[in-house]
Order: sequence, then C-alpha cells, then structure tokens
Amino acid sequence: MKKQPVRVREKEASKRINNFDEVVLGYTEREALYEASRCLQCKNPTCIAGCPVGIDIKKFIYEITQKDYKSAYFTIREKNDFPSICGRVCPAEYQCRKACVLAKKGLPFASEEAINIHFLERFAGDYGIKNNLEIPVKKDAKLSKFKVAVVGSGPAGLCCAGELARQGIKVVVFEGLHASGGVLRYGIPPFRLARDILDYEINHLQKLNVEIIPNQIIGKIKTLDEFFSEGFSSIFLGLGAGVPSFLGVEGENFCNIYSANEFLTRINLMSAYRFPEYHTPVNVGKHVVIVGGGNTAMDAARCALRMQKMSGRTPDTAILYRRTEVEMPARRLEIEHAKEEGIKFEFLVQPAGFTGDERGFVKKIKCLKCRLAELDNSGRRRPVPIEGSEFEMDCDLAVIAIGLQANQVLTKVTPQLKTDKYFDVVVNPKTMETSMARVFAGGDIVGGEGTVIEAMGMAKIASTAIINSLSK
Amino acid sequence: MKILKKKDLTVSSEVKITRMEILSPELAKKAKPGQFVALMVGKNGERIPLTVVDTDKDKGTITLIFQEAGLTTRLLGKLNPGDSLFALTGPMGHASEIKNYGKVILVGGGVGIAEIYPVAKALKAAGNHIVTILGARTKELLILEKELKSVSSEIFMVTDDGSYGRKGFTTDILEELLKKEKYDLVYAVGPISMMRKVAGFTKNYKVKTIVSLNALMVDATGMCGGCRVNVAGKTKFSCVDGPEFDAALIDWDTLDKRNRVYQKQEKHICNLYKL
Repeated sequence: MKKQPVRVREKEASKRINNFDEVVLGYTEREALYEASRCLQCKNPTCIAGCPVGIDIKKFIYEITQKDYKSAYFTIREKNDFPSICGRVCPAEYQCRKACVLAKKGLPFASEEAINIHFLERFAGDYGIKNNLEIPVKKDAKLSKFKVAVVGSGPAGLCCAGELARQGIKVVVFEGLHASGGVLRYGIPPFRLARDILDYEINHLQKLNVEIIPNQIIGKIKTLDEFFSEGFSSIFLGLGAGVPSFLGVEGENFCNIYSANEFLTRINLMSAYRFPEYHTPVNVGKHVVIVGGGNTAMDAARCALRMQKMSGRTPDTAILYRRTEVEMPARRLEIEHAKEEGIKFEFLVQPAGFTGDERGFVKKIKCLKCRLAELDNSGRRRPVPIEGSEFEMDCDLAVIAIGLQANQVLTKVTPQLKTDKYFDVVVNPKTMETSMARVFAGGDIVGGEGTVIEAMGMAKIASTAIINSLSK
Repeated sequence: MKILKKKDLTVSSEVKITRMEILSPELAKKAKPGQFVALMVGKNGERIPLTVVDTDKDKGTITLIFQEAGLTTRLLGKLNPGDSLFALTGPMGHASEIKNYGKVILVGGGVGIAEIYPVAKALKAAGNHIVTILGARTKELLILEKELKSVSSEIFMVTDDGSYGRKGFTTDILEELLKKEKYDLVYAVGPISMMRKVAGFTKNYKVKTIVSLNALMVDATGMCGGCRVNVAGKTKFSCVDGPEFDAALIDWDTLDKRNRVYQKQEKHICNLYKL
C-alpha cells in the first residue's frame, strides 16, 4: 500500500485562538523518518528546480532517512541560511512541493500527496538549532580587513550579514526600527514563526561578530556616501518594501481602518495583544473585515480573531477577496488554519467604500460582487465587478492587506540609485549590484515575489558578488 | 540616548511641560528645523514622535519639549538626567523649507510654541521679518517667550483666561495683522482646533500657510500609514510626506477624529499605572 503523507501536528483550533503561540508543532523524529521515506529519490529530481535557491532536496531527505540529521542540516545550509525560518514560512506548495513528482499535475499548487518538504526542512533546521550546528568560519586574512554595511535586518539583510561574516568580513547591520528581524518581527505573527527561532538566528549572527545597530534610518541619519567615507567597502540594501497600499475608495481614512502593516506592527512588534503590560494599543472590532488574499491578509485575520477571543468577544472576522479561493496567493496551510479558527471568507467580493459614524469610526463596508473574466498579467482570472450588485456588511474594524510599495526614504536622497517605475531599486540580477558602484540590493526593495526565501536567495547572490569583488 | 539636562517649564500640577537635552551626536548633526524623532521610553513602551526643538552640534545634544498628555509622555517626564531612552530614531520627516519669504507670521499654540521655535530661528537667519504670536490657555503654559522674542521683530502674547498678554486667541491677533498688512507666509503649530482656525483666516487673506501636523504614528518611517491624512483629496503620510503641509488643503475633520482613536485606552492605561 502506498504510504500516506504525514500530517503535521498542530495545536487544536479552539485552544490556539486564545493565544499567539506557534500553531504548527513540527514533525517528531518518527514522523520525519516516515515522511522522508515516502520520497522516491528520483533519478532526475524535479523538486530542486522548484526551490528558488536550489536546495539539494533529494540529498537532504535521503540524509534524514539515514538518520544523519546533521548532514541534512548542512546540505540545506549550503543554499539556505535559515532552514528553521523557511521551513515555517515558505509557500512550499507553490515551489518545491508543486514540482514534486508525487504532486497531482495541473493544479495551481501541490496536492497533499507531494512530499512535505518544508516540514522536513523545518525538522532538519530545528535539529541544527538544538544541536548548535554551525558552518565553520573561514577567516580569510585578506577579507578580514574589510567592513560592509548592511541596511535592514530582515530576511535579506540577515542572510547577507551571515554570509559575509563567515568569511571574516566585519559586518554592521543598520536597522531602522528598535528591534531587528524586519518583516519576520513586525509582520509575521508569533503563531506562525516562534520568536525564539528568530532570536536564536539573530543572536547567532551576533556571535559571528555581526554588529546590529537599531534606530538607524539610512537616508535620514546617514547617506550611502557617508558609509564609504567611514571606511565601509561595500553596502547591501535590504530595506524591504515598506509602504502599504490602500484601496483608494471613499471613506478609507475612517478610524479603525488599518493597513495590514499597521495592524500587524502594533500586534507583533509592539505587542499590543499584551496591552496594557505593553503600552501600544490596538482596537478590537465586533465585526472585522480584512481585505486581501495573501499571507498578510491571513495573518491579519487570525490576529484580529485572536484579539476578539482574548478580549471576550464573539469572534467575527471575515476576509474579502476579489477572486475565489483557488486564486488566493496565500499559503494553503494559512487558508486552512484561518478556516479552522473560524475566519469567514467572502469570495468574489470587492470593497467599494466605507461609511462611518459621527465620531469618525467605520461602521459599514460597501461591496460589489465580482465575476471572473479572462486571464490577466498575473496568470490569474481577472475579477470584474458586477453592475448593480452593491451590498453592505457591518464592519467596525477593517484591515487593508492588498500589498506594499517601495519605501522611498533612501532612494529619494540617493539619485545615483536607479529605480524603476515602481520605485524598486534596479539591479544586475547576476550580482545584485545597483547602478551605484559597490552598492548591492536584495529582497523586496528590488521587487519580485516577496517571499522570505527569494529575498535570502538574492542576498546570497549579492554576498557572493561582494566577496568576489573584495577578493580581487 | 542619555538625558543630560531636564527642566520643568511649568510648575502647574495640572499640566506639565518639560524640556530635555538628550545626548545623540548623530541626530544633533543631522536634524534640521521641522524634523522630528521617534522615541520609546522603555522596552514595553509606545513609539511616539516629538519635534526636535534645538540641536547643539558641539555638545552632541538635541532638545525636546513635551507636554505630559498620555502615558508615554508622563513616563518620559519621570526620567531624569543620567537616565537613557530605550529607543531614539530620526531625524524623520521633511525639514522646513527655509528661505527668504519676506514677512512671516509664526503662530504657536500651547506646546506647539516649542515647534515653531527652531523654524523661527532658521527663518530669521535667512533674512525674514519675523512676527510671532504665542498663545496658551493660561500664563504658565506660555513657554519660550524669551527665546522667541530674541528672533522676532514683533511678538504678541495671548492667553485664553487673560492671565498674561491679551485675553483671547492667537487668531484674534492674526486677523488684525493680516487686515493691516500683507504677509508672505504664515507658519502655525498648535492644537488642531487652532491650526484649523488659522487656516480659515489665512485662506481669506490668500496667504500661504504651513502647518506641522501631530498625527498619531507607530513606526514613523512610512511603514504603517497610521498617520495618514487627507491633503487635497489625496492620502498622505504625515511621517514621510510631512509633517508640514499646506494648511489650506488639509481635511481637518478626519485628522481630528483619527487622533482620538485610542482615547479610551489612553485613559485606562494612565489610571492603571496611576499616572
């Protein structure tokens, strides 16, 4: 009989919505061994091409079957610096798992038969953390003389910093906020990425002599030219995307209409879910509406519902999405988790405006029903609002989670940095070097899919290019 | 981030305004009039924006002036020289456009007086004729009179209760001035109600008017959009697009309402911490 995929253990939905603790518990050794044993060890593995950084998936899974978890960890580490993080946040069903031969063909994402590569990666990554496994540092005498500035401590910045530090290069990371981790800290909630994992990785970089300086808005407190005059040899920009997009509909600035960035930052970075022990407040709605279909929308919805539950309200949180479930860009697991937790989904619905009360608080969201038309540029069917389909929903708190644009604080004061029409920094994809000599960039500031793994992949290319340029 | 000096500018038990000099050589070097910093008092604290009132490059310090209003400013008021802030970042926002406009009226209301001081100084240095109107509820809340006198050709003081200067509002003086003579710029900072009234008057006299907004912020770096404000029908972020805007284009009503979003929580947490 064919072996069945191992479902990962999770906290029960009715219990987990009372707190922000991690939901997915990960595989035990036995579970990992069983899941790894399902891998066919294909002669020509297709999964590897599905990984944005090309992890040798076949090899690390084989190593797990041999109980050689140490080797499995190092195999992943050849391409990915933070397996425990990626094993938790990668949209594997659109990447490696979709490319797995066991996945049913013709679906937009992997079917459940595909090997749970991400859970195996998490297992190997957590093994590495538990056993303090580390890539040996090569103290290259020549490289040790150099100093590199990394701007931003999100996935791209942290990855680049680690890569350079392991060559003996002195790395100083400049973070704008008071805490490091970027989107991993302010964006992704602790129930999806436990903070001890993130803290471990950051502490680890500091042990490698990476210096992280918080509260530094580069472009304001320092220019890129000043880095060079202070003796930095190269600069890596991992600024992230930053600025939230809004819908541009009537009434969008009523009170209690948040961008997902604001809502999540209040909760995750500022710990508003622990108000008043932490001093930053966030409002809790009776009828919460989240607009969007990505991971950020799922995160915001699940945060909002937890806030309702934890403050003794009856959970009522709905996600509005213009297309249908199949087109949702969110990880399938997040959609599943959101449903289990009681989030309602309104598909084929587009917001048309908000109405409020005399104190300026939002009361209702005006919506239009949509139908799907032909494929658009994103390869998904385009939603078209249906005339005369207007309806209203109660809504006393809304979160707009429809994407981000580039933050221009740095690029506006650095005319040497070429940007495209979206104000993303233009790079040479082979080296990630920008139009400004010795300045490299990666992650959301250069555009792309916006995944953690993709950002790390770009950072790795950049770090290799930086090392090559300094070795000359 | 260490506090070097602290001075209470008021002695009233009801309202407290405090001046602090904070060690931050980089900010002292970079901050320009009109810009602000975001700070946290403790690790569990809120991030709040405060205008940089003065800088001293030699001593490496910046000066902040704040009125105790919510929990964070009250906790900040409890700090003493030798204590350090948990976080301090900036300089945020655009600097004021400093040039020779000609004749300028500066209007400061309440703790907003602190915010017009650096701009007044810079405009004076750029050769402008400076007329200043300072307003406060009562005498002891009228701060920085001496400092602003030193950069103004004319200065007027008003208090709501008549305890100092003339009894009335800043806009009373403003209107008299605008009636008499032509001015090239009005720069106003104070409570929303005051800035809104100023905008109303200067619109009638067709004088360009700049205000610096005090919208609620979280990160203050353009990331959250909590400080968004309608300007000429478009959504702008006070932190990165401002904090200064053309007063005639602002949707004051929305700003006023958005600034009250957390009033309940603020009251609750102040009671809880007995502050």
